[in-house]
Amino acid sequence: MKLTSLKVVASSALALALATGGAQADQEADLIINGDTEITVRTAAPAHLENLSEILSGWTFRTDETQALQMDDFDNPGMIFVDQGLDVWNTVEGSADKSCASCHDGPESLKGLRAELPKWNEDAGKVYTMEMYINDCRTERMGAEAYGWSDKNMVNLTALISVQSRGMPVNVAIDGPAQSTWEQGKEMYYTRYGQLELSCANCHEDNYDNYIRADHLSQGQINGFPTYRLKNAKLNSTHDRFKGCVRDTRAETFKPGSDEFVALELYVASRGNGLSVEAPAVRN
Amino acid sequence: MAKGVKPRVKVPKSAAAGDSITIKTLISHPMESGQRKDKEGNPIPRSIINRFTCDFNGESVIDVTLEPAVSTNPYLEFDATVPAAGDFNFTWYDDDGSVYEETKSISVG
Repeated sequence: MKLTSLKVVASSALALALATGGAQADQEADLIINGDTEITVRTAAPAHLENLSEILSGWTFRTDETQALQMDDFDNPGMIFVDQGLDVWNTVEGSADKSCASCHDGPESLKGLRAELPKWNEDAGKVYTMEMYINDCRTERMGAEAYGWSDKNMVNLTALISVQSRGMPVNVAIDGPAQSTWEQGKEMYYTRYGQLELSCANCHEDNYDNYIRADHLSQGQINGFPTYRLKNAKLNSTHDRFKGCVRDTRAETFKPGSDEFVALELYVASRGNGLSVEAPAVRN
Repeated sequence: MAKGVKPRVKVPKSAAAGDSITIKTLISHPMESGQRKDKEGNPIPRSIINRFTCDFNGESVIDVTLEPAVSTNPYLEFDATVPAAGDFNFTWYDDDGSVYEETKSISVG
């Protein structure tokens, strides 16, 4: 009897919570960039994702003001870095006297690439991210020095290439030769790291939409990367963000560009299959 | 000498006469304040955009003095009344003597 009445209280409290949740227009809002590019910010979870029914872009968790920054390219501070990426794209470097433009023409030619990365590279025999493709181009075809994973030019270039695919659904392959890497990433996602013994899932699956101190936890989707962060006023690579997260668990982190983070990137990207590519997104 | 400086302006293409329109401007610039020191402890010289102006058909719309505390990539947004068709001229003045200019036309009708 007591149990039943408790249940009633609990369910009316839940209804109240839902009602207040509904009043926050920001979380229900739709994202249309420049008035024409429609972005899927919420959709059904991909089949491999057992514990979530709906996937949500990090954009839905941000405040009205931060959301607004992404609705217009003029207001989006990340676009400055995309422009700088275009300068890099056209810069001739290395012993072969080539720029990206020498082979690829305009960056539009790489439309769609961001949506399917990371992916299996048959020649290299492993899963490749955009950074790895860029560095292969630099060392093998341009005869230039490889960029560091988080170099300014590298991140700006990945943003330039990513923005070409903006609005296209993320669709990374998790089967075939990439499967073992994907399994490794999944294993990592559910492994507790650090003194705080936190896995990715503890925050981004079990507790998304809750607050961790003043921070509104998202699902940790990476469809918006590279992301302009208000806290450091520059574009940030996926692996830098992973590093920040792992560090916050008080663990020794993996290095950006490490095999571990490549595997994690593949797995986390696959969790966002169906969301639109949003890069460069604006986040806290 | 500031590198990678690029002005950007957003003005509606047309407006009704007497309408108030919103103008957005942004210039990518490091805005080095002059307060910071490099690794050796030597002060990094100040290098900022110190003045921004906007004219409409030769008439001043806004004239702004920017100070060292203004952030990197200064963004300025303001409203202006459009009495007739014409050109908005935007000018940024750099500490190093460079002047960056941008013009946007607006039609009335």
